[in-house]
Amino acid sequence: MAADPAAAPGRPTDSTHHGRRVVIAWLVLSAIATPLVAIYVGPHIPPGNASVQAEGQTFDNQVMTAFVTPVLCLMAVFFGYGLILFRARRSETILDGPPIRDDPRIRLLWIVITSAMVLFLAGFGTYELLKDGAGGGQGPNPIAQPAGYRSAFQVQVVGQQWQFTYRYPSLGGMESNSLLLPANTLVELHITSLDVVHSFWAVELGLKADANPGVDNVVYVKTKKPTTFHVRCAELCGLWHGYMFNNGRVVSSAQFASWAAQEQKIYASIKPFMDKSPADGGAPYAHTYLPEPTRRAG
Amino acid sequence: MTMTEAAAAPSPPLWRRLLGFNLLTAIVLGVGGWYIGWYGAHKIVAPSLDYFGDIDYNELSVYFAYIGGVLGFLVGLGFLNYPVRRLLGYPPSLREKETAGWTRYFGLCTDHKVVGIQYLWGIGLFFFIGGLNAMLIRTELLSPHHQAFPAGTYLTIVGIHGTMMMGIMTSGILGPFANYLIPIMIGARRMAFPRIEALTFWLLMAAGAVLTTTVFFGGFPTGWTGYAPLATESNPGLDNYVIFFALVGLSMTLLGLNMIATILTMRAPGLTWTRLPIFVWGVLSTAVLMVLAAPVLIATLGMVALDRTAQTTFFIPAAGGSNYLYENLFWIFGHPEVYVLALPGFAIVLELLPVFARKPLWGYRLAVAGLLGVSLLSWFVWQHHLFVSGINGDLRGFYMLSTELISIPTGLTFLCGMMTLWRGNIRFTVPMLFVLAWFFNFLIGGLSGVFLSDVPSDVTTHGSFFSMAHFHYTIMGGLVFTFFAAIYYWVPKMTGWQLNERLGKIHFWSMFLFFNLTFAPLFAVGFLGQPRRTPVYPNGLQFLNDWVSISAFCLGASMLVFLFNLVWSLAFVKKPAGANPWASRSIEFQLPSPVPVHNFDRIPVFSGDPYGYGEGPIPSLVPAGSPAGRE
Repeated sequence: MAADPAAAPGRPTDSTHHGRRVVIAWLVLSAIATPLVAIYVGPHIPPGNASVQAEGQTFDNQVMTAFVTPVLCLMAVFFGYGLILFRARRSETILDGPPIRDDPRIRLLWIVITSAMVLFLAGFGTYELLKDGAGGGQGPNPIAQPAGYRSAFQVQVVGQQWQFTYRYPSLGGMESNSLLLPANTLVELHITSLDVVHSFWAVELGLKADANPGVDNVVYVKTKKPTTFHVRCAELCGLWHGYMFNNGRVVSSAQFASWAAQEQKIYASIKPFMDKSPADGGAPYAHTYLPEPTRRAG
Repeated sequence: MTMTEAAAAPSPPLWRRLLGFNLLTAIVLGVGGWYIGWYGAHKIVAPSLDYFGDIDYNELSVYFAYIGGVLGFLVGLGFLNYPVRRLLGYPPSLREKETAGWTRYFGLCTDHKVVGIQYLWGIGLFFFIGGLNAMLIRTELLSPHHQAFPAGTYLTIVGIHGTMMMGIMTSGILGPFANYLIPIMIGARRMAFPRIEALTFWLLMAAGAVLTTTVFFGGFPTGWTGYAPLATESNPGLDNYVIFFALVGLSMTLLGLNMIATILTMRAPGLTWTRLPIFVWGVLSTAVLMVLAAPVLIATLGMVALDRTAQTTFFIPAAGGSNYLYENLFWIFGHPEVYVLALPGFAIVLELLPVFARKPLWGYRLAVAGLLGVSLLSWFVWQHHLFVSGINGDLRGFYMLSTELISIPTGLTFLCGMMTLWRGNIRFTVPMLFVLAWFFNFLIGGLSGVFLSDVPSDVTTHGSFFSMAHFHYTIMGGLVFTFFAAIYYWVPKMTGWQLNERLGKIHFWSMFLFFNLTFAPLFAVGFLGQPRRTPVYPNGLQFLNDWVSISAFCLGASMLVFLFNLVWSLAFVKKPAGANPWASRSIEFQLPSPVPVHNFDRIPVFSGDPYGYGEGPIPSLVPAGSPAGRE
């Protein structure tokens, strides 16, 4: 379209309802895309359904993905439409657009919609968090406790440069380098560290809790079916941080009992040294497993 | 005074000109100061070996050496001349090197335009070093198990990349562009504190040298966050990290103070708050964050230095300290810091959109509210970095809310930008392409931030490649893209020469494409369980990682296109840009290119904001017949 230089400075105004077109296209696209994303993409977002907490996170991710889809649609429609229709046509002179400086209705609408979305997401996230702790480390006095937490099976996770040790207080303080958990059980993990800050990340179970020296960081997990999962350190902890990983397993109660009996036998041979104080020739680290995971007020 | 006499006199021989207060002297005195500090600290430490430990690498000597080095460097540049002259009763020289030729770029210069260009090249140098480290990181991650670098070297590379980018690039836009443009945009002839302005630049350069030389002291294994107690037990290379960030913090504080003072006190007549270019508002909101956040960092690093040298135990849990104290203090600085990186990007987007959409900035007051709102809210969100740390769990709901609230003022920036485009006459020039890319990148960065701000979702993504992809989308996609937009937009004004349009477009499209190909897959990598800063990862993630690495190399190559364009256009082609290559209404484009030394012959009088596209001709800045500075 060749512009008439005499018609400058303004671009010819058109009476097309651009705004109405964009809004309708956005609503249609969102109405189609949002359910598709929520149903077909959402459930496949990690961490999956290996534990109740992981399932909760996946649901959370599903809801949020459904929430951001209309936002993405709006941007796609707006920029797709605007950049094509409002592009500068070839012309000798640079034409100015209409000098629109404000529109109180759009302003109000935008603020109300973004505020409502934000408040909903924050409320939803808080509800999901308080339901069962969502698999995150809560410190020594957890407030988000799942039902039946008083009878939870306890495991202490001790981080050090550069490995995790798992300690089972209810099995005579037995220690192991591999993490086995009984299936369909509420487990209360107590994460601590002997040296620097680590972070215990059981990827498929949807658990993450920093291991701080001298701090008992509690995290709950309700296991489901037998499965395997990866454990990684997620906080930079020095030279071999990248190598601080191993595998864990959720097994049936019977398998867990037989494994525990076997481990306890191995552990019994070194236990006498562990219980001695360092001054009496015991292993020095045996007494540094503080804090002892004792039940605290919620 | 003496300067004009010297200019009139015949030029002395080269060897004579090299003696004096310039970069060469500064480097010589810097190295000398370094050795004096090193030697002095050994003299202090030697009598008490048991207390300070290994004589070869005692921490105190590293600190003293670098403090001596930086002081020598600043003395060599001539930063003490002014105070010493005043103390001795000589008349003050208010300006330094404001009329000389190219040598003014290699020394203390109080011309804000020279400092801006110094910043551009200095920051470019360290951005390049940081970028090379990113290439090395991706080289290591080509294979899940095979090691390209030893474990310690890899962590040092990660640390230098992160620290360099977070430290030096903090001034990425305020350094070059705010220093150059703020006095012009507000109708002033200089910054409020020109000598301090120069000091911020040379402190930053000294800081960059300190961080780069960490390799001579074994590097540091902590990444840019420097978490205690790992930092306390690290090798002496960590002292370089501490000194680097303290110098950067000092530079940031002074830069911010200078900006605030300039904007508050030196605006030309008629330039009311609602007539300020939005870039000035962006700089002001950023400067406030800098001034309030950086001192926290300096104090924290002082405590780290004391922990490492004087055996205090601020951050050592085993001796009564607390690593949470460090984490709190660091992120009280660290979260405003990331908005120090993001906000100038917002401002550049809003500043450039009206020029290339040929429309007034939509919702000026709303845009200002957005910038100030982000600036304010960024103080109340820092514990979202500690959601799974086991620190007070009761507050997580609050921090979730406050973090998500930031999307409201950020959304205002989006709204104002989008409504400015609406019904405009959009010209797809190179700066505009970078600005439009900001919308895409920051949208992805912001929406992924919603996942990280939500505690249940954050449990999986925290500390993983997901969060790494998120902040690269916001910082690289938000800051670096607008940094390039600003370069393509203002460098013709600063140098007087055009940048090649075709090479610029090749640069843009390759950078935009490979940036997204690099960082988008990392969201998936993070969700699938790859933590940050690890040289090894599960075999199943090799395809994605290789994809990312190859894209990252192409992304690095796209920067070479830019570098070639810069050198080619500015050193060889030298096509004159003209005063107003973009047909902008902004005041800097009403001045000749490059801007003359004292900016304005007469102080302009403003009668409106610079966004009146479609509202008639540009009003004259100096009304005929009216005396300068009066309406």
